[in-house]
Amino acid sequence: MLRYILLRILQAVPVFFGTTFLIYFMVFAMPGDPILAMFGDKTPNPAVLEALRAQYNLDKPFIVQYLLYIGDIFQGNFGISYSGREVSEILVRTFPVTLKLAVMAVVLELILSISIGLFSGIRKGKFFDNAMLIISLVLMSLPIFVIAFLAQFFVAIQWGWASPTVGGNTAWWNMLLPAIVLALSLYATSMRLMRGSTVETLGNDFVRTAYSKGLGRRRVIPVHVLRNSLIPVVTNSATNFGILIVGATVTEGIFNVPGVGNTLFQAIVRGERPTVVSFVTVLVIFYVFLNILVDLLYAVLDPRIRYV
Amino acid sequence: MRNTTSRMRRLLTATAVASVAALALAGCSNGGGEGGGSSDDAAIITVNSTEPQKPLIPTNTNEVGGGKILDSIFAGLIYYDVDGAVHNEVAKSIETDDSVVWDITLNEGWTFTNGEEVTSKSFVDAWNYGALLSNEQLSSYFFEDIEGFSWEEDSELTGLKIIDDYHFTVTLSHPASDFGQRLGYSAFYPLPSVAFDDMKAFGENPIGNGVYKLAGDDAWQHDVKIDLVKNEDYKGDREAQNGGITMKFYANMDAAYADLLSDQLDVLDEIPASSFGTYESDLGDRAVNQPSAVFESFTIGQFLDHFKGEEGKLRRQALSMSINRDEITDVIFEGTRTPASDFTSPTIDGWSDSLDGAEVLEFNEKKAQELWAQADEISPWEGTFKIAYNADDNHQAWVDAVCNSISNVLGIDAAGDAYPTFSEMRTKITDREITTAHRSGWQADYPGLYNFLGPLYGTGAGSNDGDYSSEEFDSLIKEGISSTDPEVANEKFQEAQEVLLEDLPAIPLWYENVVAGYSTLVDNVEFGWNSVPLYYQITKKA
Repeated sequence: MLRYILLRILQAVPVFFGTTFLIYFMVFAMPGDPILAMFGDKTPNPAVLEALRAQYNLDKPFIVQYLLYIGDIFQGNFGISYSGREVSEILVRTFPVTLKLAVMAVVLELILSISIGLFSGIRKGKFFDNAMLIISLVLMSLPIFVIAFLAQFFVAIQWGWASPTVGGNTAWWNMLLPAIVLALSLYATSMRLMRGSTVETLGNDFVRTAYSKGLGRRRVIPVHVLRNSLIPVVTNSATNFGILIVGATVTEGIFNVPGVGNTLFQAIVRGERPTVVSFVTVLVIFYVFLNILVDLLYAVLDPRIRYV
Repeated sequence: MRNTTSRMRRLLTATAVASVAALALAGCSNGGGEGGGSSDDAAIITVNSTEPQKPLIPTNTNEVGGGKILDSIFAGLIYYDVDGAVHNEVAKSIETDDSVVWDITLNEGWTFTNGEEVTSKSFVDAWNYGALLSNEQLSSYFFEDIEGFSWEEDSELTGLKIIDDYHFTVTLSHPASDFGQRLGYSAFYPLPSVAFDDMKAFGENPIGNGVYKLAGDDAWQHDVKIDLVKNEDYKGDREAQNGGITMKFYANMDAAYADLLSDQLDVLDEIPASSFGTYESDLGDRAVNQPSAVFESFTIGQFLDHFKGEEGKLRRQALSMSINRDEITDVIFEGTRTPASDFTSPTIDGWSDSLDGAEVLEFNEKKAQELWAQADEISPWEGTFKIAYNADDNHQAWVDAVCNSISNVLGIDAAGDAYPTFSEMRTKITDREITTAHRSGWQADYPGLYNFLGPLYGTGAGSNDGDYSSEEFDSLIKEGISSTDPEVANEKFQEAQEVLLEDLPAIPLWYENVVAGYSTLVDNVEFGWNSVPLYYQITKKA
């Protein structure tokens, strides 16, 4: 087990170099001069332009820029954004907000999809099941920004049940609306996974055995069916968690959440190399470790799976 | 200067859906507003802004997000009122006989919020810092005209001479009649001596002498908001009628608009384009729509084929007259633009809508076709007329409309040419690699006609992207800027514009309007010449 974990962590090293190199290259290859764009429609004096380029190492060849950047990272220095702030400081401030939002969304999604999926699976082909399948189909076909705008308009503006934006107040109750929106965007897939898995488990011999032993539904469903049906849903949710951290940009913009997505989006638009690359690097590392965690989760949920 | 920020804020709106009005409970807004009366010290006004792109240093801030904060916490020699007119603030008098040597006396008794007195040195040191080449300040070009300024090496501004604590003189390297008018721009604010010890730390926690000050050390929550409170030591005429301003930062204006509709935000100075169709019914008499100091046009480089010499002149005039500005501002922009009648803006002193030759900006199908035919006699037109624009802002709709208008009237192919980002297009324009017409615009730094003309169309000027050159224009501009009489200067600038109306180095389209609104909780919301609300006079309703 330990050997397996170590091996997986070692595998993450080339992933780290590969991604930072690729990301750095892509940002480098982005057309347009971010320094020039700082001046809007005005054309700055060439002397100022040159000095600013030198300050951000933009005057050096690509590979030198990349090596300088990697060197800094190994000294714990994630670089300085164009606004003169430490990128690490921006990360420390924005990451917990996005993390909190993602945790809330995943918890909500799990509660909803597991309970509804389980019930749907048990009542397969009945009215409830069909209704839930149609609803999940609708949710699946709605892009997230539509759900977000509808929720913001009706729940927050029309009915006044929540604040339309999050802003500085990142208390959990104030982020409930964006969390629900994110949860809904993931719910449909999870619910269908859970339903399918339940149907499959119900057909297993051990369920029939349990019933024939004289156990009641109250015992069979939670202990035998639920637990055995959970594996795909839980692992899927862990992956979703990564997707949420990385992909909350749209939702964060609409609800003005001061998180990773919003900051990264602005940095991309401004062509801020240090911020973009450092953010993406941290996200990649996070994602890699989350995947390792998911693999280990299999073993916990299903004792038949062993890692050597 | 605003384009870089506004396009970010608008990017997400491309995916937006329309919204309608309603009210909601105030969940997390500030609890002030008790007691009533016109001056309520407890009332905090919440307004929209964007995270400053740079530390808050006056000479290094050229975008709106940082500018709004600096203008609130600093007081300069002069300030601009709601009409853009100039009033003395820290200055007691600003005098000149020849537009070269400027004699400036200060009012006594002004202090920074750390107790330090505002003296001649506060200004001279700040300007020298801003002008020094190795300090790489974005607004250093404001000091270009002062004697001793250099783009080649670090040099002191020898034109600045301190006579005593409240009296100093500025000597320019050439006459500039509107120098006094420029002094209200943030680059000219004074700095306390503590700033020069550690400018970076100062930029995080600036100490000013303005209407407001930062509410403590943690007032600025990055990417979230900044809290400003009334500065009790402020000595000027613009005393705050509220207890303070909280600027909430938004990356997406649709989010800000949602907050405005729920009274979670008191003033929104930029309604998102996705709500242009509904904001007037949403907000009623709390909606604001008035011209601002933003001029929009498209530029056809003098170096492009078919646009040189006499042929180019005819073609430019024909193109201008084939654009139906009234219809486009009405239909595409829902009345949030005002058709242009010159090269400046209606909020600027000296603006006129009756310049000789302004009829070239009116829709005239017959005349346009005639002129185009004349140009064809010189050299027949071939190919497609293209207008380059950046696709990361709301430009596509109007570019398409303008191209359709041209194409219908002149019977030629016309189309937009999209660049993914603003910075990519700017790079191409600056390197003169652009081979088509391109959208252009200008937002003034100070409310003067010269600012819209000299830097854009003067021979060899920094932002003359079309390489326009006209001796007649240059000499008129020079006469204007050398004159000591503002009236005479404006007359010269108007004559210079009449030259432009014939040559059309850029084809004026419209002035951008301030499209804004305010909540049910505030009163006395007025917008200054530069589209920013006059925060100090906003009052909270009882």
